[in-house]
Amino acid sequence: MKIEISGRRVHNEFAQKVEEISGQNLFACYQCGNCTAGCPVSFAMDLGPHQVIRFSLLGLEEEVLESNTFWVCASCLQCTSRCPKGLDIARIMEAIRLVILRKKERLDRLEAGKLSEEFLERVPQIALISGFRKFSS
Amino acid sequence: MEYLYFPGCTLYTKAKNLDEAGRECAKVLGFELKELSNWTCCGATFPLATDNIMALAPPSRILARAKEEGSTLTTLCSVCFNVIKRTNRLIQADQEKREKINTFIEMDYQGDAQILHYLEILKRDVGFDALRTAAKRDLQGMKVAPFYGCMLLRPFEEMEFDDKEAPTIFEEFLEAITCEPVDFPYKIECCGAFQSVGAPEVATECAYAILSSALRNGAEAVTTTCPLCQFNIDSMQKEIHEKYNDFPGIPVIYFTQLLGLALGLPVERLDFGRNDVDPRPLLMEKGLL
Repeated sequence: MKIEISGRRVHNEFAQKVEEISGQNLFACYQCGNCTAGCPVSFAMDLGPHQVIRFSLLGLEEEVLESNTFWVCASCLQCTSRCPKGLDIARIMEAIRLVILRKKERLDRLEAGKLSEEFLERVPQIALISGFRKFSS
Repeated sequence: MEYLYFPGCTLYTKAKNLDEAGRECAKVLGFELKELSNWTCCGATFPLATDNIMALAPPSRILARAKEEGSTLTTLCSVCFNVIKRTNRLIQADQEKREKINTFIEMDYQGDAQILHYLEILKRDVGFDALRTAAKRDLQGMKVAPFYGCMLLRPFEEMEFDDKEAPTIFEEFLEAITCEPVDFPYKIECCGAFQSVGAPEVATECAYAILSSALRNGAEAVTTTCPLCQFNIDSMQKEIHEKYNDFPGIPVIYFTQLLGLALGLPVERLDFGRNDVDPRPLLMEKGLL
């Protein structure tokens, strides 16, 4: 049996989209896990950021989009600052968020109407503005 | 010396105690903060998608106006500082984006304004030795943990603010105003940022880790430069208490409030009533009230 080994199938459409929005080469990741180890919110993630990158490369789009990893990411850039391959992982997380937020169904993660009045009294503008920038289309 | 001052969205309201103390202290230290005219919100996030030009318009407009009105722009808020400085770097480095942005905002800005955080003005232009001399009130070696958070420092190559993993500017500042800086491993961690809106339970954990670490290392108070950090580690202590009953709580004080105290400003001008965990019992204990 002839087995064709090719990068074409691995470099699937989803991974390409993530690469295009993030400007990052996912193949540069060698799965060291430094991003996940240093991530201050990885405790709340279904998949570590390094797994999200691997899954994306394997074309496991559904598994990636169903995980909460990129929603939980706080864009603190700790992973970006420590990646030994110079990948800007926070940009990759943002790109996956945008894959969802740019769909025509407008699947916003955050809705203003669902925030309690008590919370809205307390919360500073800076949190609301950055929150809606990250969680809505 | 005169600097253009960009307050940002939160400093006229929830973070008045960061803003007003900063303005008062500038007068005492002999530099002028001239508020930028017609400023708008910076957007509160630097867009991480390569094609999100729209989000670069507000900070670019702020920069272009700053260039028209002076040359050095300063902020107190770390997020504003981050967004504006990163945008400036991008305008300098990327001709294509620069042209697009200029066309969109109908201005001609080439990336030649300078951006300094207030702490940098204190270090570079005022000087910590001069600050030490100007300090009138002895803060009695109050043990303060400096919380840098993310936005002052990262990305390191663009912010060029201080050491990537072990910054010291905040400690130097605290020493100059007779506080004892408390080193703690969480000083450059994330407070949870906008997750206080998206996933508050996650942000609460971040805040708990930071504050517990500061307490373990002997801090009596924590200090910040950022209204978002302040909200997450000060106001959200309410949520921490609900989850961790034995959490003792710790006051979180803006760096400009500490500066104002050291410079001998009247305490009532420093608006400590606005901090969620009241710092006044600690200040009283230290004989500062």
